[in-house]
Amino acid sequence: MTTAPTGSPRRVMVAMSGGVDSSVAAALLVAAGHDVVGVTLRLWGGDSDSGCCSVADVDDARRVAQQLDIDHHVFNMSDEFTTHVVGPYVADHAAGRTPNPCIECNRHLKFDRLLHRARALGFDSVATGHHARVVTDADGVRRIARGADAAKDQSYVLYMLDADALAMIELPVGDMTKDRVRVMATDLGLRTADKPDSQDVCFITSTEGRRGFLETRVELHPGRLVDTDGNEVGEVDAVELVTVGQRRGLGMSGTGDHRFAVAVDITTRTVTVGSRDQMLTDTTVCQRVTWSGAAVHGEVLAQASAHGDPLAATVTPVAPVAASTDSPDDGDGDVDSHDDGDVDSHDDGDGDSTIEVRWHQPVRRIAAGQSVVFYRNDMVLGGGVVV
Amino acid sequence: MEVTIGVPPPEAYLDHAASTPARPEVVEAMLPWLAEHWGNPTGAHARGRAARRAVDEAREPVAELLGCSGGEIVFTSGGTEADDLAVNGVLDAVGGMALCSAIEHHAVLDPVVHRGGAIVPVDRRGVLDCAALADMLDAAGAAAATGDGPDVTVVSVMVANNEVGTIQPLTHIAEVVARHAPAAVMHTDAVQAAAWCDVAALAAGVPLVSLSGHKIGGPKGIGALAIRPGVALAPRLRGGGQERGRRSGTHNVAGIVGLGVAAQLVLEHRTQLAATVGAMRDRLEAALVAIEGVSVTVAAGGSAPPERLPTISHLCVSGVDSEALLFLLDDAGVAASAASSCASGATESSHVLAAMGVPAADARGSLRLSLGWTTDDTTIDRVIEVMPAAVARLRLFDVSSSERS
Repeated sequence: MTTAPTGSPRRVMVAMSGGVDSSVAAALLVAAGHDVVGVTLRLWGGDSDSGCCSVADVDDARRVAQQLDIDHHVFNMSDEFTTHVVGPYVADHAAGRTPNPCIECNRHLKFDRLLHRARALGFDSVATGHHARVVTDADGVRRIARGADAAKDQSYVLYMLDADALAMIELPVGDMTKDRVRVMATDLGLRTADKPDSQDVCFITSTEGRRGFLETRVELHPGRLVDTDGNEVGEVDAVELVTVGQRRGLGMSGTGDHRFAVAVDITTRTVTVGSRDQMLTDTTVCQRVTWSGAAVHGEVLAQASAHGDPLAATVTPVAPVAASTDSPDDGDGDVDSHDDGDVDSHDDGDGDSTIEVRWHQPVRRIAAGQSVVFYRNDMVLGGGVVV
Repeated sequence: MEVTIGVPPPEAYLDHAASTPARPEVVEAMLPWLAEHWGNPTGAHARGRAARRAVDEAREPVAELLGCSGGEIVFTSGGTEADDLAVNGVLDAVGGMALCSAIEHHAVLDPVVHRGGAIVPVDRRGVLDCAALADMLDAAGAAAATGDGPDVTVVSVMVANNEVGTIQPLTHIAEVVARHAPAAVMHTDAVQAAAWCDVAALAAGVPLVSLSGHKIGGPKGIGALAIRPGVALAPRLRGGGQERGRRSGTHNVAGIVGLGVAAQLVLEHRTQLAATVGAMRDRLEAALVAIEGVSVTVAAGGSAPPERLPTISHLCVSGVDSEALLFLLDDAGVAASAASSCASGATESSHVLAAMGVPAADARGSLRLSLGWTTDDTTIDRVIEVMPAAVARLRLFDVSSSERS
C-alpha cells in the first residue's frame, strides 16, 4: 500500500478549524509548493466554547493563514449544520439514542458540502488536519488508515468517506505524531502551536452542558429503573439523557454491585439496569452502513468508539438491499467481490443497508446511535450506526 | 509595527456600499492634521486654535450636506455611533420606546431591539408600510394613555437601504409620525444615501440625521449626527464636554477635516456623478439580468423597482450559493458582496431580504454589486465578462435543487 501521491502543484482547499493540526496541514502544503486557500466553516450560530464555531477560532485560523500568506475564507454552513447535525442530534436523544454529532458533521458537512463546494470552485483537493492517512489498498481501493500517532488516531470518525471523497482529500499530518505537529508549529511560530486539543462537541458549552442544551430543545422525562427481571429498582430524572453502558448518575452507587444501563426504552420511559455480565452481548446490529470499496462480509476488526480497542468480529448482511443475491459469508475474511460493484450503494449516507456484527468475544453493549467502524489491519473498510 | 499589504487592489471593485475609497483631495487635506498640526482643538493657544478652526470650518459643508447649520453637527466616530447616539440618546433623555423599519442597518436595528422597541414592516420592494407604522403609533399612544405601555418617542427610518438601495418616502413617513405621534422624534440613517441623494431635501422634516465618512469618499473612523434644535438628547459619551457636551472625546481633527472635504466634493459633484454612475449601473444590470435565472431583487415578479440608489444593483441568482459566487468573482478580480458579514467573516443571511419576503431559495443566491465614484466602464465590462461563466459553473455543481439527505 502507498500513501497518496504528492506529485505536481495542486490547488488545495485546507479546512482550517483554528487548531494546531489544520494549521500545520496548511503549512506543509504551502511548503510543498501547492496553491493553498484556507477555509473555516462557520457551523454553529449559538454559543460555543471552542471548535469550528467560535469567533476566536476563526480568528486563529485567519491569523495562521495570514502568517502563511494564503487567502482565508469563511463559509457559513450553519443552516446545513442545523439540518444535518444538530437536528438529528436532538431527535436521536429524544428517541433514546446516543448520537455522535462529529461523525454526522464529517458525513454531511466536511466531506460532503465542503468537498462539493471545493469541486465547484475548481480545487483539486481538500485537506484537513485529521490524524489519519489516505492509502491505496492492494486491490487499488483508496481507504482511510490509522494515523501515525496511535493515541491521536482519528480514522474512526472518517469511516463514512466513499471513493469520491477519498479521491479528493488529503491528510497532511496523518504521518506525524502530535508531538511532531506541535514542534513544527512552534518552529514555524504559528500562534496555534500550544493551543489545547478540542475535546467536546462544539455546540455544547461547558457552562450549559449536554443537559442544558437538550432541555431547551426537547422535553425530558423522568423514567423508571428496572432490573433485568422487571423489578423496579429506582428512577432517573431524564430518560433521554441515559446512555446504554452508563453507570454513574443512575442513583445506584450505594447498592454494592455495579449496575449499568443495559437498555433504554423511550416509549415506556424505562431504563433496564444490570450487572457487568448482563451488560455483555455478542451481537450488534448496524444500519446506514457505508464501505470505502465493495461491501465486506466476514472477518473484520471492529471498533465501537473513537479510541476503543479493535476487536475480532464477523460481519454479515441482515437485510440485503433489494435484488441482492449475496451468497452467505464464506468466512475467509476476504472482501466480497460483487460483480455489479454497486451493491450497498451508500451515496446518500442514509442507506438502509443493515448488517450484524458478531463479536468473537462478548463486548459491552453499545448505545444505539454510536458508530461501529470496521478495519482490516490499520485500514478502515467501512462502518455503520448501531440500531 | 509594519502593516503588510499583501493583496493588490481588486481589478473590479464593486463593493462601494461597504467602503468607497477616500478622494485624493481628502487624503491630501488630512495629512497636515496628522503631522504638523497636531494640536488639541480645545487648547487655549495658537496650536489649539488652528485645530479648532479646522474643525469648525469642516462643519459647514457637512451641515450643508445634511441640511442643517454647523452648530447642529455633532462629530462621531462613524455611522454606528451616530445611530446609537440618536436612538439611545432620545430614549435616555425622554424614555418611551423606539420604532424602526425592518430593513435598518444593524446599527439602528440592534439598539432599537435592545431597548425593547418595535419593528415596522416593509413591502416586497423594501418600502416602509406606512399604514402599519400609523397603526403601531396609534396602538402605542393608546397604551401609553391608559398607562399600559410606553409611548413611541423615536422613529428611525433610513433614507436609502444599504443592501437593496430602496429609497424611503421620508417626507410622507415624517407626516405620518407627526400626525400619529406628535411628540416622537424622527431619525434617519443617511449613511448610504448621502453621497447620491439630496439628503437635505429628502430629510428636511427629520431632526436627527446620521452620516459616515467612508461611504462618501472620506476616511473611516469619522461620522456625524445632525441634531436639530429642540431635540432632547442625552449624551452617550461624557467627559471633556466637546461638541457642546453632546459627545465628549478629543476631536479626530484629521478625520473631521477629511469628512468636511468629502462633503464639499459630494455637494459639488453629486448630481453629475449620480447620473454617470446610474447609467453604468443600468448597463450592468441589463447585461446581468439577461443571464437566465438572474433577477433584480426589488423588482420581483415584474413589478417596477422602487425609487432606489443609482449605485446599487442587488440581484438574486437562482441555483447558486452567493458565498461560492463571491469566491469565484474574487478569483476573477471582482469584489462584490452578498449581505452583511458577521464578526467571524461568514456571510450571514440577510434580515433585509427576509423582511422583504424574498424566498429563502432566492436569497441563497443574492449578490450586491455597488458602484462608486471610481467605477468606470472597464469595471462594468469586467463583471459582465466573468459573471456568466461563474454562474454557469456553479449551476453545474449545484446540489440544492436535488438536495441529498
